[in-house]
Amino acid sequence: MRFQRINDHDQLKTIAKSVRKSVITSLSAAGSGHLGGSLGLADIFTFLYFNIMNHDPADPTWKGRDRMILSIGHVAPVLYATLAHAGYFSIDELVTLRKLGSRLQGHPGRDHGLPGLELSAGSLGQGLSVAVGMALAGRIDQSDHNVYCILGDGELQEGSVWEAAMAAAHHKLGNLCAIVDRNGVQIDGCTEKVMAIEPLADKWSSFGWQVFTCDGNDFGELADVFAKISPDRKRPSVIIAKTVMGKGITAIEGDYRWHGKAPAREQAIEFIKEIDS
Amino acid sequence: MTFQNRGNKATKTGFGEGLLEAGRLNPDVICLGADITASVGCDLFANALPDRFFSMGIAEQNCVGVAAGLALEGKIPVFSTYGVFAALRCADQIRVSVCYNNLHVVIGGAHAGVSVGPDGATHQALEDIGIMRVLPNMTVISPCDATQTRTATLAAILRHKGPVYIRFGREPMPDFTNVADEFLIGKAQVLRPGEDLTIIATGHLVWEAIQASYLLEMQGIHARVINMHTIKPIDKAAIFTAALETGAIVTAEEHQILTGMGSAVAEAIVSQCPVPMEFIGMPDRFGESGTPHELMDKFGLTARAIAEASLKVFARKKGVV
Repeated sequence: MRFQRINDHDQLKTIAKSVRKSVITSLSAAGSGHLGGSLGLADIFTFLYFNIMNHDPADPTWKGRDRMILSIGHVAPVLYATLAHAGYFSIDELVTLRKLGSRLQGHPGRDHGLPGLELSAGSLGQGLSVAVGMALAGRIDQSDHNVYCILGDGELQEGSVWEAAMAAAHHKLGNLCAIVDRNGVQIDGCTEKVMAIEPLADKWSSFGWQVFTCDGNDFGELADVFAKISPDRKRPSVIIAKTVMGKGITAIEGDYRWHGKAPAREQAIEFIKEIDS
Repeated sequence: MTFQNRGNKATKTGFGEGLLEAGRLNPDVICLGADITASVGCDLFANALPDRFFSMGIAEQNCVGVAAGLALEGKIPVFSTYGVFAALRCADQIRVSVCYNNLHVVIGGAHAGVSVGPDGATHQALEDIGIMRVLPNMTVISPCDATQTRTATLAAILRHKGPVYIRFGREPMPDFTNVADEFLIGKAQVLRPGEDLTIIATGHLVWEAIQASYLLEMQGIHARVINMHTIKPIDKAAIFTAALETGAIVTAEEHQILTGMGSAVAEAIVSQCPVPMEFIGMPDRFGESGTPHELMDKFGLTARAIAEASLKVFARKKGVV
């Protein structure tokens, strides 16, 4: 462990609040981007990078680090904000999001040299396959690090995700943990209306995965679920994390119209006020 | 220079031999199987190095992503399937997970061209060069015989860095290049000298191009023959020299004329030294069932057709037509 693990939930909440404020500020400065999902995932990102993962912001490519593959590249703002808070780069850089020449591309792009970024991604349905390859390499190298992969719930409508799910179980990748951001909404509306994905736990289970569900906006539940994962390391795990899109801002919570929208300056000020209150 | 066929051999066999050799030389080489292991030349590796062969099932898109993940971790993944599936089914995975991340993933494209034969149009890769060469960071290799496919595979796996697509066929075809030749990615080979025109060929049609040059010689026309085994990056210097010194070009490939190697040659030529060109390839249509040679003949992918195109382009150069 190179990074100081924070176990105190109040401290984690304070970090998550700050991450949310950075997400709002960077999206407002960019004038476009995906606010809803980024806010909904702020607690999971905070928990992963400040409590769960073994990593080293001073040595981003350290061989023994846990890997985090973000398959839903459109929530890049929450990844960037979390990496900055963890110390990979300056928080000041977050306002360059989506601007020409920025290391903070609209969807993650490694070619721009941002430290801490594991994968250029953004075309849905690809991240879990890459995570499977990384987990396989970890096993070949007999390394004990883990590979985490964050997927969207709407993304599970892509068939290639299930090809990857099948492969992970077939090759017994117990060092792989997928986290599904189950906020229930996608661009056209509710997932169950656009293309039903339930019964989701049964689907993963029938593909040979250990399935856990929790409230993805609750550090207590997140801590419980991560404590239970894969003691035998023989099966991949999936956490179906129920989150609220836009979490933290009452006016937009659960509203799918905020999936792909950025707040105007005045709105951003209001939103940040609510987080501070 | 004359060329002797040492005996027909499938280019996929050369790929399989190169892959196994590379695997023996470098423990980081990993092979991913998509069910058709023997049919795409991976069985030698799978049998000899089973610990580094991973079966992924009939799931090509996942295979590409897994390869990207392995490459991110410093492995050298090789994934081989039919060119139609590699280039078309997996185009987005190759574009984003492999090429945008600029990862050293080696993709084998088997069953190139109509010489696949009786399987018919669905399995005859005729668009893969076009799809692959348009992707940034991608290198596209199309060797001409089994011997060269072996050395090209070794080069792609052990010496290259970055995404690479290597194309090969199923039907045993003449094996004639020098066993001792080094394979230099991006460096075209002048196989026969000539000053009247140049035939630039790739893959199986290189042998046909050589035969065409013999036919032309009987009519007193000296055709230069170039083996364009790397389609991207294309050897512009060889193309410009050929255009300037011979003044006419015929391209020949077992691929759609649209977007193929000939297009790449034309893109280079028009920017520097436009000369008359003729294109031998598939004329914007699907293949069909038949024996490999019946199909090559039907679609004009033969020495005779190349020679006829050569006479035409030579006449244009002379201003006769």
